[in-house]
Amino acid sequence: MILKGKVYKLGDDISTDHIIPGRWFHLRSNLPELAKHVLEDVAPDFASTVKPGDFLVAGKNFGLGSSREHAPLVIKMAGISAIVVESAARIFFRNAINLGVPVLMCDTSRIMHGEELEIDLAGGVIDSPARPGERITFGRIPEVMLRILDEGGLVPYISKYGDFKL
Amino acid sequence: MGKTLSEKILTSKSGGEARAGDIVIVQVDLAFVQDGTGPLAVRVFESSGFQQVANPNGTALFLDHAAPSPARELSNDHILLRNFARRTGVRLYEVGDGVCHQLVAESLAGPGEVIVGADSHTVTAGGLAAFATGMGSTDIAMAMALGKTWLRVPETFRIEVSGTFQRSVAAKDLILYLIGLIGADGATYKALEFGGETVDRMAMPDRLTIANMAIEAGAKVGLFPSDETTRQYLGTMGREDKYLQLAADPGAVYERTVGIDASTLEPQVSCPHTVDNTATAAQLKGTRVQQAFIGTCTNGRVEDMAIAAAILKGRKRHPDTRLIIAPASRDALQKAIAAGHIQVLLEAGAILDPAGCAACVGIHQGVLGDGEACISTANRNFHGRMGNPDSYIYLASPATAAASAITGEITDPREFL
Ligand code: SF4
Repeated sequence: MILKGKVYKLGDDISTDHIIPGRWFHLRSNLPELAKHVLEDVAPDFASTVKPGDFLVAGKNFGLGSSREHAPLVIKMAGISAIVVESAARIFFRNAINLGVPVLMCDTSRIMHGEELEIDLAGGVIDSPARPGERITFGRIPEVMLRILDEGGLVPYISKYGDFKL
Repeated sequence: MGKTLSEKILTSKSGGEARAGDIVIVQVDLAFVQDGTGPLAVRVFESSGFQQVANPNGTALFLDHAAPSPARELSNDHILLRNFARRTGVRLYEVGDGVCHQLVAESLAGPGEVIVGADSHTVTAGGLAAFATGMGSTDIAMAMALGKTWLRVPETFRIEVSGTFQRSVAAKDLILYLIGLIGADGATYKALEFGGETVDRMAMPDRLTIANMAIEAGAKVGLFPSDETTRQYLGTMGREDKYLQLAADPGAVYERTVGIDASTLEPQVSCPHTVDNTATAAQLKGTRVQQAFIGTCTNGRVEDMAIAAAILKGRKRHPDTRLIIAPASRDALQKAIAAGHIQVLLEAGAILDPAGCAACVGIHQGVLGDGEACISTANRNFHGRMGNPDSYIYLASPATAAASAITGEITDPREFL
């Protein structure tokens, strides 16, 4: 599958407190309201500028911090179709996959804010049509996670198989 | 070939050979959620068509983050969790009982168990030699429903600690120093396994403090061996029957070994806004703090209150510095009252918050004002963590926080004790 979209670029060490600040804790059972605050302390225009299908690109240790699944959830609700980072914190990574949002790890230093990208999920490559020849390859997602992603997340996966399958 | 602690526990819980890098399906001994992650887990559980949890006795809900609730939305989340507990027969810990990780250590965890919690500091139970790790609401909802989960067996960093701590230097300084050394992503996806003569002599509260912060280096677990100290702790908490002696095999393979000489450590402080941004307390002298916060799953135990009380006895907090105390559990609070620590702290000008997460997560009971700084015994100093993106959090030990409350600026506790 080829995903196409525009890049919203962030830096290193974006924590779950950046993605969805603790002061909005009381909105966790009101997802549409909560989603309005996604990334507001680091990227106030994120929610208003991102279009469905766009990519969130960042540096190292993306999503560090808490286990709040609301973090990848509000990013997904903003319309982001894939998260492309240099590295991701473990719990965030697992949560995003469970919600059906791919997290791809590669060198993101040359990817620019606002540029269009094409991501070949199965092929493991990212192309920039504006800069032919600038192909980036990303690390393989473990097999078990690929199967969860294929079903659209952990809930549809368990609904289908009734159990974990290795 | 010898096995690491992770490999040993996951081999036993998966019923097959578990080696670093393998993906295994394991039986879960305890799955839990708290009031921030629980409502989503319950909704996922129910909308997936599940009605019964696989193991009600091994499932727990904790009302600790918003405790007592500061907002109607959160009160309603509490109602949702109470109703779920009533329907399914799982354990419910009420508002005022304390922070989930402290209660897991006090009343549930045992060596060799697999514990998964919808909270990143689930790693705390690694102090009791449990393979304990944090996940999100959906993972925990499925673990509650099926009684199992999948895990990748982590590679292990062995942290070998020797030497005796100097006066007023302790476990918190060691773990802050280690994170400063290896970085906030230095152990991502890895297990940290602690060992060495200093660890063998280390008391359980100190082991829990260190295990608690393994996640701040990105680690999946922070594991201690179980020994006589573990057996005694479990005995005190009324469940010695859970004791199992566990240690890594002599020939275990480690990805990396880090040696630390505890006798060379000075009081450490993590500066805003990352935990690996460490300095010594002495280097930060002169940094004003408007709030000192002693509590949380990292340092809210009775032993932490004892250290703070020893420093604050007969002294007063600085007039420009609020001092907030939040015991991590009802048991810690009662023991601190019985020992007279709370009285000492109140006389020094402290505010006593209920047992629970209190000011840690930025929703109530100590939100910082614009431009303010807090010295905190918590585990995280991220931008905005304590409810205000225009504020600053410095992480330190209870001794350093107490000393700083007296002077109103970051202070090396050896000036007082
Ligand atoms: S005390 Fe702080 S770190 Fe610990 S569980 Fe509560 S909010 Fe999380």
